[in-house]
Amino acid sequence: MDKLNLMKKANEVRQGIISSVHSAKSGHPGGSLSAADIFTYLYFEEMNVNPENPEDEERDRFVLSKGHTAPGYYAALAIRGFFPTEDLTTLRHVGSVLQGHPDMKHIPGVDMSSGSLGQGLSVAVGMALAARMKGKTYRTYCLCGDGEIQEGQIWEAAMFAGHRKLDNLVVIVDNNNLQIDGTVEEVCSPYPIDEKFKAFGFHVITINGNDFDEIDRAFQEAKNTKGMPTAIIANTIKGKGVSFMENQAGWHGKAPNDEQYRQAAEELRKAGDALC
Amino acid sequence: MLGDKIATRDSYGNALVELGKAHDNIVVLDADLAEATKTIKFRDVFPDRHIDCGIAEANMTGIAAGMSTSGFVPFMSSFAMFAAGRAFEQVRNSIGYPHLNVKIGATHAGISVGEDGATHQCNEDIALMRTIPGMVVINPCDDVEARAAVKAAYEYVGPCYLRFGRLALPVINDEETYKFEIGKGVELKKGKDITIIATGLCVSEALEAAKLLADDGIDAQVINIHTIKPVDEDIIVAAAKTTGRIFTVEEHSVIGGLGSAVAEVLSEKCPAKLTRLGIKDVFGESGPAKELIHKYKLDAEGIYEQIKAEM
Repeated sequence: MDKLNLMKKANEVRQGIISSVHSAKSGHPGGSLSAADIFTYLYFEEMNVNPENPEDEERDRFVLSKGHTAPGYYAALAIRGFFPTEDLTTLRHVGSVLQGHPDMKHIPGVDMSSGSLGQGLSVAVGMALAARMKGKTYRTYCLCGDGEIQEGQIWEAAMFAGHRKLDNLVVIVDNNNLQIDGTVEEVCSPYPIDEKFKAFGFHVITINGNDFDEIDRAFQEAKNTKGMPTAIIANTIKGKGVSFMENQAGWHGKAPNDEQYRQAAEELRKAGDALC
Repeated sequence: MLGDKIATRDSYGNALVELGKAHDNIVVLDADLAEATKTIKFRDVFPDRHIDCGIAEANMTGIAAGMSTSGFVPFMSSFAMFAAGRAFEQVRNSIGYPHLNVKIGATHAGISVGEDGATHQCNEDIALMRTIPGMVVINPCDDVEARAAVKAAYEYVGPCYLRFGRLALPVINDEETYKFEIGKGVELKKGKDITIIATGLCVSEALEAAKLLADDGIDAQVINIHTIKPVDEDIIVAAAKTTGRIFTVEEHSVIGGLGSAVAEVLSEKCPAKLTRLGIKDVFGESGPAKELIHKYKLDAEGIYEQIKAEM
């Protein structure tokens, strides 16, 4: 792992998030920023993908079950080379392929359309099961939100994945502790998340999801875990990287105005410069 | 064979076995109802390609979607109530929106579920599935048509909803000469006075009703619409021009199903007087299937009576 390079890429992903959401005048910066390091690690370190052949049968799969954080996903895909980074500012515009939520039919590199919360993990389970049945070695990754796991279908999928011992499946829970109406424990607590996944037959690893050393350790451990799927509980900061967005539920689904955009872009530019 | 009686859910199970032999990319998913949906027939022959998801239809729908992105052609099965009802939003967003190649084999549709009663009698599935862009909706009328429909669904690339029943139905199509084409209605009997357009279980009943009407001097044309979406506009318009008086018959709510599909075509293309026979915006109830079909006037006698009352 080239940690410095990943930190630079994550900074670029965060800049992409801010500029695309600002351009769209709507969207979800908070959860995109909290998961920016996860997106970066997946697409620049972990996953076997090829922007020249996005539908390669042997590629690793990714399902963004918390599809509203598409700005982070799109930024990572664009910077990885699946489509031009200039396209990011067409997010949510009429006629753009960059839909508000991921659209596999039109966006290169997107493996599954998603966004209606709770549905993505089941799809990832289907991909992982297909790999096993076809004798393929690709791995499947699914990113869920900590609020999202209030959806019952997540636990249907988790039960099935544990039952089938799908060790080619990794679920990452972006545990930024905030959902629209408040903290997750105020609204309807999913805690303890680790114990729940353990009870469903998962190997569970809890990490700081904004620290590449810990992210790297977790994904290596997942790869070496046999006979059960892995759940990585990634403790993150919602809005990570933009001072006024950090730990603010209000930035779940709101675009920065021009002044806020300038401030956020400036902060991120400085943070990026500091890495050079 | 002609004259035999077989439930279309059995046809479904038999057709899956035949298709499974020919195509190793077919997988069958069920939600703890393999005995009832008859996917157990497939499981007996291909245990490794039958995936029981347990009582979790939403998850099954997503798994089918995921498998279809990875080279399989999944047939997912449950009762219509759960496949189209419970999992509606999963079908819409995880299968319909990405237009994935998943086939939904929904059994126990309509009131012919029988004794289990209203909670399990789905009279709304055609309406629900019909509204999803790109979804093909097929409701076969007998064993021959049901098996042909399963094969056609496999050959079609895209999402497809197949509606099957629990009750044994008479075979009215001759396998030797029968041709199934998605979206193509079938004229089963010529007639000049009125047209009865039926689907599924009601097709054989409509043919019998036409005989009763003939005794009264009413010459009824009978059309079988096995594909509710895309519906055969040409055959409906032609019927409107020929007889000018249309009756639809379905084991489904009169809201949103065949009757609505025909009404849409008539009102836009060739206005003609239409009467929709079916489940009239009520829930079903417990009872033997045949008695319910009679009570809700979907057997030949009931269809005949309702048509006579309108004329």
